[in-house]
Amino acid sequence: MGWIGDTVDSFKSIQIRQLLTQAVSLGMIVTSALIIWKALMCITGSESPVVVVLSGSMEPGFKRGDILFLHMSKDPIRAGEIVVFNVDGREIPIVHRVIKVHEREDTGEVDVLTKGDNNYGDDRLLYAQGQLWLQRHHIMGRAVGFLPYVGWVTIIMTEKPIIKYILIGALGLLVITSKD
Amino acid sequence: MHSFGYRLNALLTFAVTILALMCGMASLSDNLNTPSSSAEIQIMNINWFQKQPQGNDEVSLTMNISADLQSLFTWNTKQVFIFVAAEYETPKNSLNQVSLWDAIIPAKEHAKFWIHTSNKYRFVDQGNNLRGKKFNLTLHWHVMPKTGKMFADKLVMTGYSLPEEYR
Repeated sequence: MGWIGDTVDSFKSIQIRQLLTQAVSLGMIVTSALIIWKALMCITGSESPVVVVLSGSMEPGFKRGDILFLHMSKDPIRAGEIVVFNVDGREIPIVHRVIKVHEREDTGEVDVLTKGDNNYGDDRLLYAQGQLWLQRHHIMGRAVGFLPYVGWVTIIMTEKPIIKYILIGALGLLVITSKD
Repeated sequence: MHSFGYRLNALLTFAVTILALMCGMASLSDNLNTPSSSAEIQIMNINWFQKQPQGNDEVSLTMNISADLQSLFTWNTKQVFIFVAAEYETPKNSLNQVSLWDAIIPAKEHAKFWIHTSNKYRFVDQGNNLRGKKFNLTLHWHVMPKTGKMFADKLVMTGYSLPEEYR
């Protein structure tokens, strides 16, 4: 009964004051994570400052599981930049390279064509039916920095939710039963 | 206070901090490199030049590309992506960039090269403004690091023009 008894005892010994302290410290962790994320959004100007590469279409530059840091500035989009874009009717954003740019004289609007470095053809097959060009509003940001492998954590968690729940459960138990 | 869990936690935090610091320093060390690159592109032939049924001009050409990009490589360089783009102005568009050819250089040994190639991607205008058009050929490069910040730069080569008539 030793270990289980100890655990039960540690549950019993929780005082209301201690419970409150733990709730507050848990809240602090969650809010500081939120603050960092929102601050990054403000600094980079992109609605998702960090993305995980999900496909191999940019290999060998970016592999599945690498993470990219995005930046969205007012600067015009130019050929060669790696942009993250959303196509109408598709939920998952795509990270590919710009290969053609046509910028209007009068309005400054751009028509952009993209292609994955590892793909044979350009991206017109991925775009919505009949869509030939991407416009500015499709583009969420351009990639400026790169960190390998770190994104595997999120890939594993989204594909095997059970691991996510085990991890959250273990962390929660640790917070509740820790004594200082 | 000194339980197994706490020690493991401290060790993990320390390891991750050091790793992050090393990644940051590797990326910063790229700034110490001042590359000097050279390139030359010659247009050898206009293979064909026509107006598509949809009304856009399209041209196919053959180029000689030679470049020396060895100085771009540092110890934090994974690969260099290069491409040649035709850049020109039309009455409707203040800038047109059309990528004609690209390649990935995986290592420094391959960074000095010479290639004879026709355009890999279609050179199509938005409209029919290509007859007699003067344009620039630009060699762009994007340095992809093993970790950290990506770099990009270009060499602009001017004075190219297309024929006055379709052929």
